[in-house]
Amino acid sequence: MSGLTLQGLGLTRNGRAVLSGVDLRIAPGEFVGLLGPNGAGKTTLLRAALGLLPADGRSSLADLPEAARARVAAFVAQGRHIAWPMPVDSLVALGRIAHPGAARAADRAAIDRAIVALGLQGLRHRQATELSGGEQARVLIARALAQDTPILFADEPIAGLDPAAQIEVMRLFRDLAGQGRTVLASLHDLGLAARFCSRLVLLHEGRLVADGCPSEVLTPANIAQVFGITAHLSQGPDGLVYQALDLIARPRPSRG
Amino acid sequence: MVIRWLMAACLVGGLGLPAGADEAPRRVLSMNLCTDQLAMLLAAPGQLVSVSHVARDPRASALADQAMAYPVNHGDAEEIYLARPDLVLADSFAKPGTVQLLRRLGRRVELFDAAQSFDELRRNLIRMGDLLGRQDQARAMVARFDADLAALGRPPANRPRAAMYAANGYSEGPESLAGEIIDAAGFANLAETLGVGGGGTVPLEVLMLAAPDLVITGEPYPGASRSEEILRHPGLTALTARNPSRVMADRDWVCATPQVLRAVAALAAAREAM
Amino acid sequence: MSATASHRRLLAGLTALVALLFVASLLTGPAHVGAVDSLAALFRGQDDMLALVMREIRLPRAILGLLVGAALGMTGAVLQGFLRNPLADPGLIGTSASAGLGAVLAIHTGLASAFALGLPLAALAGAAASVALVLLLAGPRGDALALILAGVAISALAGALTSLVLNLSPNPFAANEIVFWMMGSLADRSMLHVWIAAPIMAAGFLLLWPTRRALDALTLGEDTAASSGIALKGLRLRLVGGVAALVGAATAVAGAVGFVGLVVPHLLRPAVGASPSRLVPASALGGAAVVMAADIAVRLLAPGRDLKLGVLTALVGTPFFLHLILRTRRQTL
Repeated sequence: MSGLTLQGLGLTRNGRAVLSGVDLRIAPGEFVGLLGPNGAGKTTLLRAALGLLPADGRSSLADLPEAARARVAAFVAQGRHIAWPMPVDSLVALGRIAHPGAARAADRAAIDRAIVALGLQGLRHRQATELSGGEQARVLIARALAQDTPILFADEPIAGLDPAAQIEVMRLFRDLAGQGRTVLASLHDLGLAARFCSRLVLLHEGRLVADGCPSEVLTPANIAQVFGITAHLSQGPDGLVYQALDLIARPRPSRG
Repeated sequence: MVIRWLMAACLVGGLGLPAGADEAPRRVLSMNLCTDQLAMLLAAPGQLVSVSHVARDPRASALADQAMAYPVNHGDAEEIYLARPDLVLADSFAKPGTVQLLRRLGRRVELFDAAQSFDELRRNLIRMGDLLGRQDQARAMVARFDADLAALGRPPANRPRAAMYAANGYSEGPESLAGEIIDAAGFANLAETLGVGGGGTVPLEVLMLAAPDLVITGEPYPGASRSEEILRHPGLTALTARNPSRVMADRDWVCATPQVLRAVAALAAAREAM
Repeated sequence: MSATASHRRLLAGLTALVALLFVASLLTGPAHVGAVDSLAALFRGQDDMLALVMREIRLPRAILGLLVGAALGMTGAVLQGFLRNPLADPGLIGTSASAGLGAVLAIHTGLASAFALGLPLAALAGAAASVALVLLLAGPRGDALALILAGVAISALAGALTSLVLNLSPNPFAANEIVFWMMGSLADRSMLHVWIAAPIMAAGFLLLWPTRRALDALTLGEDTAASSGIALKGLRLRLVGGVAALVGAATAVAGAVGFVGLVVPHLLRPAVGASPSRLVPASALGGAAVVMAADIAVRLLAPGRDLKLGVLTALVGTPFFLHLILRTRRQTL
């Protein structure tokens, strides 16, 4: 039941529509990749859907009071600035702030699960600020996991990770969806998105321009229109294979 | 522009200067409170052309009423220069820049040290008389001061202890005019036993434990200040509730003029009432 | 859990230190009285002068040292947690200077003498205005440059206006009091000051104490905190009110004592595993200890000279401040 429903979600900033008329329904068990070039409105969509930004339209999450929402949806934000040199397990434990009444044992178990899920056992007593960017990204995802919510939002969770770590995170998200959770992650790596997501949503200039399974969304026409590039696409044994090739010669694709 | 004008005026003033040393100055201007009062006491009619604006403040000036008869100045070089005085009187703590400027412009400036004792008070009176060409009046005034002081009677053998306590816990020691007043009124100055010479801060708790027989405080000035808060401290209130205290008007203490005898008389009366 | 146990040990140790310094503060003064005598006098009847000295001079001084220090340490920890910036300090961001302006206005308009709480409430208003302004100008993004620039601007303006009020006062002593408002002192305070500061500080404490979870959540930024269920709008109001109450009341009675809110959280952060929530009680105790120690030191170093508290805290605090700036620079390079 704890899916996500967005109806006519829109947001205008300085007279410009940053997001307009986004309708999206995501069911439990789906791992949805949110695609689109820089400035397409991916971060705005995630924040508005969570209710962190005041927006027009409806979002099933934004309707909830803050405390209740925190037990339904967790968010891995884009910035990775960790303000204080805290040990890894303390940072992961921040996810439990959403569960003020929980028993200590439940907290402990959720934290341990998250640490194991991201392979952070060896780092749990290290200071998070001293870790590499990739390790920090995993710590932040672990924090969101410790929040133990049916819905997980992640804003560019694999940016800056090495290939193995990227695949680990994508597998983790796919497995979470497999356990019946709802995962929505904005991604720039179209190849990994095609391979691991159960569904892709393509955002262009604040509007949803495509929504469906990877092969429906990642078509040469969509890729050309939205990203302005050409790509090699083929159906491999494990699903769609994507490889970016080149920029499309000017003029850039028409707007809208 | 102003500079050139001032230079020109300076030349004219300079040329017009020689008011001979033995000839009494005709336009005397005082720019500080204590010289104001000495000059008002001794100047011939019409000789004193201006006093400082503080001279009219009844809290600080013992001759505030008299000062109403004079135009006032605010100690600015420009206004003082334009008043064309042939003698400027100032306290030695007057702004040095102003004094130097006036001297460069050819004005004669005489500085008076603040008297810390009755001896210095007498010397200042005599000197003021010399400067104003009023030597006889000055000598007469010193004689009257000594007579009035003697008339106040001799201090008792067993002196009660008094402490002066002002804003910020400041207490005047024996080497000050206030110290001399306390002494003349027949008290032992507590500050002396505490090792304060001219004056200094005495912590309230030290004052309380020393428990002087009389606490002398000043009148509060208008407009509140944090410095004067100590005079309303519950500790001091408790002390003055059991030992007597006197609030003395600053005007009788600030400057060394014969008016200090009013303070001596008031304190002596307080002693006799104890 | 061992982290919790070591945190309890830290708090117990700090509490013991505060208690020790409190007694030491009671025993420090220009009048040389034996320790046993003076402590016994504290509990004797009204009549004797030593009892009055202990109760009306030493006791309020010790209590105010404790309260002012705890208030400054706590606000430093809370502001740093909220602004995600180790440079946040009520002195550096202009809160103390603005509170001082409020207090000076209250004294010189007669508000302070008209009703007892006028003084701390005016200081609170000044402090609240400056905290709100800093949040507006610098925001909780952790941008050190904006924070410090905003603080410099607010401090300069508040300092200038304070000087203006004091210079225009008809009272001859007022003009010299700028030093007190800039440097702070606990000399010759009375129980009156305790009574006007304590209730407002208590209110500030009650406002800030529940923000600890939110401060933890803010470690990873506003979005993460908000998505963890923290209501940021309410938090901001609470923070402005709580910081203003604590700094306002502290400044109203003791002037602006600088660097306590900067140095104390900085020193204690490693001891609490950098946890912003644990830093709050630790810094309150640490701040109390630092201000009481500084107040004992000014009495021992320059007896009878009313050496200002802020002189000492600035002497100790400035090297820390420079060290922090260097470290912040290194991190951003």
